[in-house]
Amino acid sequence: MSQSFDVVVIGAGPAGYVCAIRAAQNGLKTACVDNWKNLDGKHAFGGTCLNAGCIPSKALLESSEMFHKTQHEFAAHGIKVGNPQMDVAVMQARKAKIVSNLTGGIAALFKSNNVTGIRGTARLLKNGSVDVTDFDDPKKKELLEAKHIVLAAGSEPVELKIAPFDRKDIVDSWGALEFANSPKRLGVIGGGVIGLELGSVWQRLGSQVTILEAMDNFLFMADQQIVQAAAREFKKQELDIRLGAKVTGTDKGKAGISVHYEDKDGKHDIVVDKLIVAVGRRPATSNLLEEGTGVKLDQRGFIQVDEECHTGVKNIWAIGDCVRGPMLAHKGSEEGVMVADLMAGKVAEMNYEVIPSIIYTWPEIAWVGKTEEELKKQGIKYKAGSFPFAANGRAKAMEAAAGMVKILAHADTDEILGVHILGPMASEMIAEAVLAMEFRASAEDIQRTIHAHPTLSEAMHEASLVVDKRAIHAINR
Amino acid sequence: MSIEIKVPQLPESIPDATLVSWHKQAGDAVKRDENLVDIETDKVVLECPAPVDGVLKEIRIQGGATVTAGQVIAILEPGAVAAAKPATALAASSKPPAAVVTETATTLAKSSAATVSTPVSRSDMPLSPSVRRLVEEHQLDPAKIQGSGLDGRLTKGDVLEYINKGGELPASAGSVAQPAQSDAKAAAPMTRAVSGNREDRRVLMTRMRTRIAQRLSESQASTVMLTSFNEVDLSKVMELRTRYKDKFEKQQGVKLGFMSFFVKAVVEALKRYPVVNASSEGNDIIYHDYWDISVAVSTPRGLVTPVLRDADQMNFAEIEKSLTDMASRARDGKITLEELTGGTFTITNGGVFGSLFSTPIINPPQSGILGMHAIKERAVVVDGQVVVRPMMYIAITYDHRIVDGREAVLFLVSIKEQLEDPARLLLQI
Repeated sequence: MSQSFDVVVIGAGPAGYVCAIRAAQNGLKTACVDNWKNLDGKHAFGGTCLNAGCIPSKALLESSEMFHKTQHEFAAHGIKVGNPQMDVAVMQARKAKIVSNLTGGIAALFKSNNVTGIRGTARLLKNGSVDVTDFDDPKKKELLEAKHIVLAAGSEPVELKIAPFDRKDIVDSWGALEFANSPKRLGVIGGGVIGLELGSVWQRLGSQVTILEAMDNFLFMADQQIVQAAAREFKKQELDIRLGAKVTGTDKGKAGISVHYEDKDGKHDIVVDKLIVAVGRRPATSNLLEEGTGVKLDQRGFIQVDEECHTGVKNIWAIGDCVRGPMLAHKGSEEGVMVADLMAGKVAEMNYEVIPSIIYTWPEIAWVGKTEEELKKQGIKYKAGSFPFAANGRAKAMEAAAGMVKILAHADTDEILGVHILGPMASEMIAEAVLAMEFRASAEDIQRTIHAHPTLSEAMHEASLVVDKRAIHAINR
Repeated sequence: MSIEIKVPQLPESIPDATLVSWHKQAGDAVKRDENLVDIETDKVVLECPAPVDGVLKEIRIQGGATVTAGQVIAILEPGAVAAAKPATALAASSKPPAAVVTETATTLAKSSAATVSTPVSRSDMPLSPSVRRLVEEHQLDPAKIQGSGLDGRLTKGDVLEYINKGGELPASAGSVAQPAQSDAKAAAPMTRAVSGNREDRRVLMTRMRTRIAQRLSESQASTVMLTSFNEVDLSKVMELRTRYKDKFEKQQGVKLGFMSFFVKAVVEALKRYPVVNASSEGNDIIYHDYWDISVAVSTPRGLVTPVLRDADQMNFAEIEKSLTDMASRARDGKITLEELTGGTFTITNGGVFGSLFSTPIINPPQSGILGMHAIKERAVVVDGQVVVRPMMYIAITYDHRIVDGREAVLFLVSIKEQLEDPARLLLQI
């Protein structure tokens, strides 16, 4: 049994499904093969992002933040709510509904765009065909022929030998999203984006959270001024983050899970009820390729590609988390768009320099472009302007005046080189900066663009003025 | 409703002018006020802006031709604007990158007098707020500034650089810089052709100009220059180009210009007459077993001669790619000094500006320079019949101290023969 297509996309995560839809819109006969199995055993499109990552975590972050506000902020507004309770089951149900809504949405988009969605596990054979094992019946196989093949197999959480997953008490990020109640004591190995977000969720819902980060630097890839300000906020929230803490082993016992770690002060132990391992993700390429396809993997398992996502084998492309670059859904999606356009013979390119990164803690952290540390390292002369939300009317009215906007501009040309935000809605505000940087705008361009009042984005405006020491609403030093 | 593009009123009752070079090709989209073609008279170079947005449907008169005031030179179809091309101060043309005026010092004196450019208002070019402010403050013409931003937009940095830099790139002695559109800081001052005004204006030479003057004098003083001429029937080359240009561009990724043909012919001729590829030093003649061809390129800051190293080992596509790359980097000021120095022989092309016949000046320590000129349809005799052929005069100026007339003349004949029968380029005979 063999079907023939112009394009077969392997993987229906944000990279794969976007690529498939765009390819179909470009007039190519497209199929998208995906094997995601949810906890209920059912198939869903959308990959990690929709099922076990971006979307469910944002739903929980929203619910937990709201609960946190009732306990810590409502009083300031004069709202008396007594003793608010959290029904985790309802929270989880809401999350599940959103996820199923969106994954169903992808199936609908496939249908309306004439993308053939295939539920199964795909493997690229050395003769260039795609072998698909049916999702429901592993004995049923199908062979797909395609002019172009796009590998969008995504990534999976890294497992630690010293803390192997048991899917109950020692869990990966997906498991951490599925707890039925907030654990009394929660340990998190890994203080990166995922560890912070998941730790935040359960800490707001009453867990005592301890995050163990092996590196001495917290969030090393972000601007350190922002990171230090964020660390102070997390401390206020009683998020216990321990740096330089290398976990050496775990033991499960009746009292809970003992986590042994070492830092510069010596050996320590903590006991937790649940342990999340969030030390990173690795490309899910181990069973993707038959020997001899010609597609090369690097030593970490990433598929090697050029800047247009060609693998080096004619008409075989790779996008998303299984190739180099930041493991971000929007990066995967835009690579998908680029490849879909290239396959249709159009001109397309990706601008890897201007990809925003977000951490959905509260306050949120968002950035695009270079950090001060990177600029110093590259010897680029720059000027910086920081404006605190404490001086922003809207933020104060929202009881969310922690954080700041920082703009880094080239000392000579004034071109914006990096924008870093800690604060409310940072994830939304960063879009202005990304657009500005795509157009190679200068800090002066932001100064001369009207920002509505009263808004949070005024802080961006003021920060651009601080770059030239001409802020109106702050004392210029 | 098609619009006829006519030669504008010529100043001071000058009878005729030369169409220098088209900045747009037939079929290109043009925007209102975009300069279509430069028209050169003895005293001034005029621009011919498009009156409205549209498509340049037909070019009636080719670059290099003589025109009179009011003459129809092109047809513009208003309205339909295809893909907007990025606006830069330099015309993005598909012609070979070598665009150099090679005039002797005397001709230079005449043409350097006045370069009046009618300022083209780029009201349709999107300018960001900071760029608008700088343009306003410094009274700049954005059309003259090279944009490095998205789609060729001007960034604040581009404008600041334009304001700060005077524009310094090493000038070569063999040719003199006189680009049709000079930027605000360089070369000749703006003069209005006002009748009745008999004052003298004393203007200090720019650094660039001083350096050019110096090198030209040195060249003239140290070498014994003599120029010999010949003419080439380029019909076969043009036929080849017409037949294969699309395929070439598709498969090789670069346009097939004339320069690759000329470079190949030159290298072959240099191999046959090695003294033309040699340099002189004191009492020694230094023969070079390599062929590094300097190709003159006009940039807004002046003339530069990037070198095609080991041109004998380059194929057509490599030559075109290399020239395109070096020319654009030279115009952006991003070319390195190493890429501009050395060279065993130079090719210069005054034809783009309309020169028919000229005596180029040698670039010491080289011993020869080939001058290419405008291609003109002329009546010539072939097999006893008068036919019309696209002819180009070619000139070699050579250092008679080490190169004799025999070698120089035969060198030129070899180039003529190879280009008139391109199979010889393939067979290297």
